[in-house]
Amino acid sequence: MVSVSPAAVPNEFEYLLRLGDDRLVLGHRLSEWCGHAPILEEDIALANIALDLIGQANLLLGLAARIEGKGRDADALAYLRDAIDYRNALLVEMQKGDFAVTIVRQLLYSVFALLQAESLQRSTDADVAGVAAKAVKELRYHVRHSADWVLKLGGGTTESRARAQSAVDDLWPYTGELFLADDVDRAVAQSGFGVDPSPLESSWQSTVRDVLGRAGLTIPDSAYMQRGGRQGRHTEHLGHMLAEMQIVARSHPGASW
Amino acid sequence: MSATGTTRDEIFEILDEVKDPEVPVLSVVELGIIRDARVEDDEVTVTITPTYSGCPAMRVIEEDIRAALVAHGIAAVNVETVYAPAWTTDWLSAGAKQKLEAYGIAPPGPATGDSLMSLTRAPSVAERMRCPYCQSLETTLRSEFGSTACKAIAYCSGCKQPFEVFKAI
Repeated sequence: MVSVSPAAVPNEFEYLLRLGDDRLVLGHRLSEWCGHAPILEEDIALANIALDLIGQANLLLGLAARIEGKGRDADALAYLRDAIDYRNALLVEMQKGDFAVTIVRQLLYSVFALLQAESLQRSTDADVAGVAAKAVKELRYHVRHSADWVLKLGGGTTESRARAQSAVDDLWPYTGELFLADDVDRAVAQSGFGVDPSPLESSWQSTVRDVLGRAGLTIPDSAYMQRGGRQGRHTEHLGHMLAEMQIVARSHPGASW
Repeated sequence: MSATGTTRDEIFEILDEVKDPEVPVLSVVELGIIRDARVEDDEVTVTITPTYSGCPAMRVIEEDIRAALVAHGIAAVNVETVYAPAWTTDWLSAGAKQKLEAYGIAPPGPATGDSLMSLTRAPSVAERMRCPYCQSLETTLRSEFGSTACKAIAYCSGCKQPFEVFKAI
């Protein structure tokens, strides 16, 4: 009988799934705006950001698949894994909500992703470093775009400000998970392959608090933070999203067009 | 001709005929997408780098590179993709920037490595955009993102027209 005890999954594979899944899931969430954004320029902007993130995910999951060495590729990882095997942070799987939710989440995530990618440029793995260096350039635009909009929403009408504040209140408890480090993070940081997310938090806090403060938005007092995404414990939202994202690939295995 | 005896410079000359499908006024050589070309025996290996991680034109570009070399009798072509060093608009020559402007796309300014804090201040891109139609500097950025990954949308108060600007990265 074949042993079912979990074979040791390489830390590098697990780590790259976290990086790739964050981007894939958020990229898909942003793509849900295509044709629905409040103005044409934003429809284009959100689709562009989605394209950048899905492009980064494709590269990162491709590297993950190569390290795993089981004949899977980026598409197999994206389309043929169930929610329990996804390693994204809970923040990115939340529903797209209204425009304020989408924009506030973009600020919270993009600042984190930029700090992460800046450090990851020094990875001992040349491919990871190269993908990170490219991502840095793209993420700079994402940060600027979202910060600009948070200022507009916070300083806009009573309604735009109320919606932005509601988005901050709802999303804040999902930000702590971004900076939680476990054995996987510590191992890849130790070897120089990856980056420990914990030390990124102080820069993230100062930047995010600066933008939210200037937008006249307040941060909830509660220190309670959700967690579980990195270990595959997700909200119901991810399963629903994957059902839609994966339906064609699963219904027509091997189809190409 | 076959690849045997073909020089690197000759390969670059052939590839200079391959235009970017989304910015057809520039060749893939002028854009800096072609990083290297090596000739070994009768085989050519072309190294390319993507402009953006999710650039949908990369696959088309790869096919166009093969087609151009095949048209010159070089059948054995490998196209390899590298990610480091990351593509930058600083690789566009002055000539390439002039072609962009003549085509109606404002060329990119210098790609500066902004710090995180300065990114959350007001964008400064607008300050260096010149309208490609009327050369007015009375321009404003409408959106950081445009019709393709590499472009943004701006508006000129001089000639009252929107125009595209090549993003500096």
